[in-house]
Amino acid sequence: MRPEYVIKLLESGERIDERKFDAFRDIKIETGIIKRAEGSARVKIGKTDVIVGIKTEIGEPFSDMPNMGILKTEAEFTPIASPDFESGPPGEDATELARIVDRGIRESGCIDLEKLCIKEGEKAWQIFVDIQIINHDGNLIDASALAAVAALRVTRVPKLEDDKIIRDKTEMKLPLLHTPITVTVGKFSDKFIIDPLKEEEEILDSKISVAVMEDGKICAMQKSGESSLSMEDANEMIDLAVKKSKEMRKLL
Amino acid sequence: MGMKTDEKLIMNGKRLDGRKKDEIREIEMKVGVIPNANGSAQVRFGDTVAIAGVYGPRPLFPKHLQESDRAIIKCRYNMAPFSVEERVRPGPSRRAIEISKVTRLALEPALFLEDYPETVVDVYIEILQADGSTRVTGINAASLALADAGVPMKDLVVALSGGKINDTLVLDLCGKEDNYSDADIPIAFMPRKKEITLLQMDGELTPQEIKTIIKNVLKAGEEVYKKQKEALMKKYEE
Amino acid sequence: MAETREIVIPGEVLCDAKEKKPSYGTFIEDGKIISKFLGIPRDSAGYLSVVPLSGVYLPRGNDKIIGFITGVEKAGWMVDINAPWSAFLPLSEAVDEFIDFKKTDISRFYDVNDVIYAQVSDVKRGDVVLSMRNPMARKLKDGVTIKITPSKVPRLIGKEGSMINAIKEKTGTIIRVGQNGVVWISGEKTDKAIKAIKLIEKKSHIIGLTDEITELLSD
Repeated sequence: MRPEYVIKLLESGERIDERKFDAFRDIKIETGIIKRAEGSARVKIGKTDVIVGIKTEIGEPFSDMPNMGILKTEAEFTPIASPDFESGPPGEDATELARIVDRGIRESGCIDLEKLCIKEGEKAWQIFVDIQIINHDGNLIDASALAAVAALRVTRVPKLEDDKIIRDKTEMKLPLLHTPITVTVGKFSDKFIIDPLKEEEEILDSKISVAVMEDGKICAMQKSGESSLSMEDANEMIDLAVKKSKEMRKLL
Repeated sequence: MGMKTDEKLIMNGKRLDGRKKDEIREIEMKVGVIPNANGSAQVRFGDTVAIAGVYGPRPLFPKHLQESDRAIIKCRYNMAPFSVEERVRPGPSRRAIEISKVTRLALEPALFLEDYPETVVDVYIEILQADGSTRVTGINAASLALADAGVPMKDLVVALSGGKINDTLVLDLCGKEDNYSDADIPIAFMPRKKEITLLQMDGELTPQEIKTIIKNVLKAGEEVYKKQKEALMKKYEE
Repeated sequence: MAETREIVIPGEVLCDAKEKKPSYGTFIEDGKIISKFLGIPRDSAGYLSVVPLSGVYLPRGNDKIIGFITGVEKAGWMVDINAPWSAFLPLSEAVDEFIDFKKTDISRFYDVNDVIYAQVSDVKRGDVVLSMRNPMARKLKDGVTIKITPSKVPRLIGKEGSMINAIKEKTGTIIRVGQNGVVWISGEKTDKAIKAIKLIEKKSHIIGLTDEITELLSD
């Protein structure tokens, strides 16, 4: 579909796949699909397909947080997922996505990092959240954030015996305190769009990703896109994100 | 290969996962799993899962990489960080670079590259879960993805590993067997004329043992070929 | 389960080389005719071909195609024809009047992003040359373009145009189908036409598809 057609449709109040402007595509969540990982989930939003694997390793806590576990989030936009992705280290989009997902988890206090301390100042559990895009059809952020949270909810922390990780024995379920849900709202001309397709993303003026907690409070936000937003727009988009996050939360 | 254990890998004809020496793990194959790719497939052998995507033939830049009389094929084998027991940092390791090369050479002889001069066929393999024999699983997936993409082929490419554990010759090594094996031989071949396109080995074997393993793999590969054919046909059933 | 036409896979032996003559999508080895593609075998007067179920567009002389202007050069235009090679439309094949291209900005005839219905005049290895001399050639204004698998174009057109004409009639649209898998649609019920076209692409190998399409269009 060419950009001119997408724009023409949007201006006349329609979307390529005949969805309402505030509707999500079909969302499918599968957990525990990667047995090798301590936690995993595969999320499909329409044709967008993302796998998140959680690995638990031992590492040194940060010096300014000596009694807390460590969270590390990375994303790979490998060329298998789209003709637009290139081989090589993560570019700015992949890096930004990883950091947005990371902030949602970190700032919400999702993981009880204190319970992941093994020896203060010396050893703590490192939780690696690795995002693999399998097929890119837009809205990678929401799909990745949802997959990350779905995976964390089924993650188990393995047993430690004499400082060795015994992976086929479980010490405990990963201690979780909160469940952040991230919803991205796009803006095109005077219209707000939920769950943009790849072709829609290419013509959006700007978008805001909002991480929402169970009580409706917001723990992280990110605006991207080349155009500016008025305060009214931003407020409306935030409200819409919070509203839609409730819908997505029900799917977990 | 190379690790030592007192644990018996095969006892009374049964392997750790209950298999007989010449039994292949449970196989699952699905074609057309990545809508953006021209062709794709996901293949599972036991707990090893690989997904392959093919893009092309498509234009190749920079121009100096083009071949005037044929397409070139590029291959990238990559392991997801969560695919292995201990998380692996994203990015190509030397092992992944070598496997990318031998995979390319395993697939190339099967393709009619002359039909598409000056272009490139990009093959991407992601290992989602690793439990031994990942490169052959990747090759099986890539072969299906190439057929799904409509790249003209002389034959499919079938791949399977053979080896020796506790003095017994076996087929389809899983992760633990791979680590503690006396030898591990991944093989890829074109089934119609049994032409071998990948042959690697590490370990210690007599020439006779190697020949026996090759023969066994080529025979057992027919089972894998059947599954590949089924998977391709299944995409077009309803 | 719907009945499908017979499907063969790459490397599958179709018959003895003595029985038939090899055509597109097949090759001969050891006295046998073998399929190159995952596709449907077709016997036309003793010539055995295999129509691939997927694959990129392979340009051939005289093909009528729909392309997108991607660049304006001095003496012609670069065109994206949905193939692994880009094509070139020479000024001399597009404009009748004499143009001094050194003094003229030829983008006034065709500019970047314009959609054209043209013909492949020559293919030499990776070089594809287009022409707009054929009276059917023109710039396609407005409308929408979608892409389908090139090998499914004959199915979309149907016997003597029966399928595509049915879609045009029932949806009141103008449709141009390029051999290169690009389809241009313009009119009131464009989305209905697109639905029908996508269904044909998905089920081109199923027998009884015509009835399903007729049903879809009658709604």
